[in-house]
Amino acid sequence: MTSRIWSILRKEFIEIWRDPRSLAFILGMPVLMLLLYGYGISSDVKRVPLAVYDRDGTPAARELVRRFTSADYFVAVTAVQSLQALRDAIDRGQARVGLLIPEDFSRNLGANRPAPIQFVVDGSDSNTASIAIGNISAIARSLELAPRDLRPQVFILPSGERIEPIELRTLVWYNPELKSSNFLVPGLTAVILMMLAATVTSLTVAREWERGTMEGLIASPLRAHELMVGKILPYVAIGLVDVILILLLGRFWFEVPLRGSLLLLLGSATLFLLGGLGIGLFISAATKSQQVSFQLSLLVTMLPALLLSGFFFPIENMPPILQAVTYLVPARYFMVVIRGIFLKGVGLAVLWKELVFLAIFAALMLLASAVKFQKRIT
Amino acid sequence: MDHGPAIEVSDLTKRFGRFIAVDRVSFRVARGQVFGFLGPNGSGKSTTIRMLCGILSPSAGFGRVAGFDIAREPEQVRQHIGYMSQKFSLYEELTVQENLDFFAGVYGLWGTPAAGRREEMLAIGGLAAHRDVLARDLPTGLRQRLSLAAAILHHPPVLFLDEPTAGVDPISRREFWDLISAMAAEGTTVLVTTHYMDEAEHCHALAFIHQGRLIASGPPAELKAAWQGCLAEVEVEAAALLPALQLLQRQPQAREVAMFGAALHVTVERPEVLPALRAALEAGGIAVERLESVVPSLEDVFVSLMAREVAP
Repeated sequence: MTSRIWSILRKEFIEIWRDPRSLAFILGMPVLMLLLYGYGISSDVKRVPLAVYDRDGTPAARELVRRFTSADYFVAVTAVQSLQALRDAIDRGQARVGLLIPEDFSRNLGANRPAPIQFVVDGSDSNTASIAIGNISAIARSLELAPRDLRPQVFILPSGERIEPIELRTLVWYNPELKSSNFLVPGLTAVILMMLAATVTSLTVAREWERGTMEGLIASPLRAHELMVGKILPYVAIGLVDVILILLLGRFWFEVPLRGSLLLLLGSATLFLLGGLGIGLFISAATKSQQVSFQLSLLVTMLPALLLSGFFFPIENMPPILQAVTYLVPARYFMVVIRGIFLKGVGLAVLWKELVFLAIFAALMLLASAVKFQKRIT
Repeated sequence: MDHGPAIEVSDLTKRFGRFIAVDRVSFRVARGQVFGFLGPNGSGKSTTIRMLCGILSPSAGFGRVAGFDIAREPEQVRQHIGYMSQKFSLYEELTVQENLDFFAGVYGLWGTPAAGRREEMLAIGGLAAHRDVLARDLPTGLRQRLSLAAAILHHPPVLFLDEPTAGVDPISRREFWDLISAMAAEGTTVLVTTHYMDEAEHCHALAFIHQGRLIASGPPAELKAAWQGCLAEVEVEAAALLPALQLLQRQPQAREVAMFGAALHVTVERPEVLPALRAALEAGGIAVERLESVVPSLEDVFVSLMAREVAP
């Protein structure tokens, strides 16, 4: 029995090694996806172009602009001389934010009166706009520490009333800089692993059907479970190589901290991989065609892992029906596990429920494919 | 293993939905025999072999291979057979040697015994010089020898070969059959499908299968002897071949007319009617180059058996 499993294992490794495309897919795809997504969907909004319409023209006004542009969140790209020019700059996309400093700005400051200034924000990209607004208020709040003569009034106060402003001090745990790569890299690991596990296994089994080699295997004393184990183990190994690749890239390129146990991470990644491999085996046993099973396994793993796992979109914001569906998506559970291990440094005591689900999912998928994987063609 | 026949099949049937691929086929093959399975494409030969190898389960009927019931003991059957499928079923990305090592492992051979078998197979198949060549780079003749080597590596008592020589050049075919005969002489039972009639002559016994049914079986000599009537070979100019065929088909004395290479084969009841055929052809303006009775070949037997199946 072991000689049979060992034979399959060795054959799989030789086949992977001799097929440059599969090797490139297995090793290149995770790196490519990590780099693409890691940069492409960064939600850090920095160096937002700012158009300034300074009607005051005093040193105090210039100091205000300097304060807003010194922190790298905004770059003054143009100085305009009319409201129409400000509008044009935003229309053309030259600037995303406009700053209007009224002509009485420094006079109001000098008289110790509230000195309102106005920001115009391009709301066509609502995500960037809301982050830019957040940054504007953060900078405006910090101006309270400015010299007495440079205290702009940006709060909108109810008329005539003087309220005691509530001082808001937010404390962000786990990802204090709110760096998006800290959030994305662990999440991407889940997406990449699920996709890779399902597609690669579905291809390897479907190839045996397509090339007619499966018939030879069926007529041999090889048993279904031996074939399955021999097919699964190499891809678990490859999946773990990818985990380590992603880990190294995440740790040293994106500088994502790994706060929890590496061993627990690899262990839970293995459970997650087994589920994905089970999906791939099941699909390829059912379809027997490389093309169909590749597309099908991509469809049933990639979209749910991207959209229904809480990777991009918080599950709490989904309509109840979709929320119910997410309970069936293994990536949802692995997302919690991997973010927990990476960012929070939590262990089994917190994550056991998710891990139990992943184990059950893997067991069910493998069982289902074993049934589907009957040795007889009919 | 008991001492019964190597393969024993009775009323074996396979249905795919409403289509009956194999219809109540029965035959036996004695140990050490080469048994030829003949029939046109889609006649049910491969389906029968696949049932006997435990790849397909029979819909009805009974089969025993190497003493094991194919429906109830497929695992034991698989231990005792070698199977070479119609399609090249080895791993193209593996070398000759790696393929053999793989199948040795699949059959539970490991280490020194496995290496011994591998070398034996490389020698038998004349593959030793090509051991490090990828299977996909092998010419067809060598591929097919590699397939055979992989199928017999574990010394199976019963060997199933499905169209083993399709697309192989005549010299390789010849060598292949020498190998098969040698194995049978050493006691291996071989069931082989083919549609090359010259290959059928190598078999100890034959079975003709048509539309899923066994229409005749027996040793080649018996099949030829059982064939009744008189066979004439007619040679005419190439241009007149088709008109001659059509003309002969209209003659009431001609039971069957078929193309046979560049000539025509006409089956008649008695040799006495042959001059009448010649006269008919010449009356039709066709110059007859040769018209004489010949000994029927297996192909003639086969064609007339088939014609009888289609006619009534």
